[in-house]
Amino acid sequence: MEHPINFVVVLFEMIGFGDFAHKYIQVVNSWFAMLLLIVLAILVKPKISHLHPTRGQNIWEAILKGIEDFTIDITGEKGRPYVPLYLTLFIYIFLMNVMGLAPGFIAPTANLNTNLSMALISVFFAEAIGIKIHGIKYIKHFTGPILPLAPLFLPIEVIGHLARCLSLTFRLFGNIVAKELIIALLMFLAGAYLAPLPLYFLFIFLCFVQALIFYMLSAMYLAGAIEEAH
Amino acid sequence: MKRSCKVAILSGLFLLVLSSLAMAQEEGIRIAGLKFFSILVFAAGFGIAIAAFGGSIGQGWGLKSSTEGIARNPEASGKITVTMLIGLAMIESLVIYTLVVELILLYAYPMAKPIAKFVGLEVG
Repeated sequence: MEHPINFVVVLFEMIGFGDFAHKYIQVVNSWFAMLLLIVLAILVKPKISHLHPTRGQNIWEAILKGIEDFTIDITGEKGRPYVPLYLTLFIYIFLMNVMGLAPGFIAPTANLNTNLSMALISVFFAEAIGIKIHGIKYIKHFTGPILPLAPLFLPIEVIGHLARCLSLTFRLFGNIVAKELIIALLMFLAGAYLAPLPLYFLFIFLCFVQALIFYMLSAMYLAGAIEEAH
Repeated sequence: MKRSCKVAILSGLFLLVLSSLAMAQEEGIRIAGLKFFSILVFAAGFGIAIAAFGGSIGQGWGLKSSTEGIARNPEASGKITVTMLIGLAMIESLVIYTLVVELILLYAYPMAKPIAKFVGLEVG
């Protein structure tokens, strides 16, 4: 089996940074996803008007309004200033997952580093907002229902919070790697007959659900940090 | 299965493992590596099968309860569907953890060389 071509790596090779692109292939693919989102947003920007909304504006507004409402549903009204992070997480992760389906690209989420960075941001952002809102009393979230049980609950809660990071990473990683493996295997076995194509519907649904789960769990951690401790 | 049958099968397996160890010391490093690899593949195959078994039972229960809820109250079908999908993805993630462990075992077992050195077989 010959070496697969990756369009972004080819682009970097034309510039001259081929070695860098080859070694950090998931990083340059995630740059491509970011570039795509920024270009799509810039294309809509000059034509925003209240009275005659254009088609791109309608699509973007529907997506953003839907996700924002869903986030406020989970976190409550106090979470409104922090919605852009979760919007970005959802759209970015969905785009990165789906990139793996197109020939010539790989999904950056099929690599542990991308997922770990996003999971660290989600979990530690929730902790930081909890400390910002509650101050030093945030420690009450970790001590459990009754005060005498605090030395028992504190390590358990800390480990639970760290385990959230790990579970977010591995859930996304496992799903996307499994999907890419199946596509690669089917291509290898019966690629001339376009064998993976019927499975693509399932894969697109899977990518969407995984992005939704990541985003929803992050919003729930924020909700748990914002609300009052028991 | 009768008790004597179980005892016979277990002792047969024990004998096989012991004999394989003895043969390994006689025949050399490649046979030992192959035995290690074959047991690894055996374990990986069974691991993912057991995980799929448990995961599918769990998801089936969740699906059963959510369809009963929709049948009882068709207006709430949107919320129930969303909750069901979230629950299914949570349960599925445990099966995915097993798949990740199996992929590590099959393709990238990191302790192979240090363990071989520790046991005394110089590989690689």
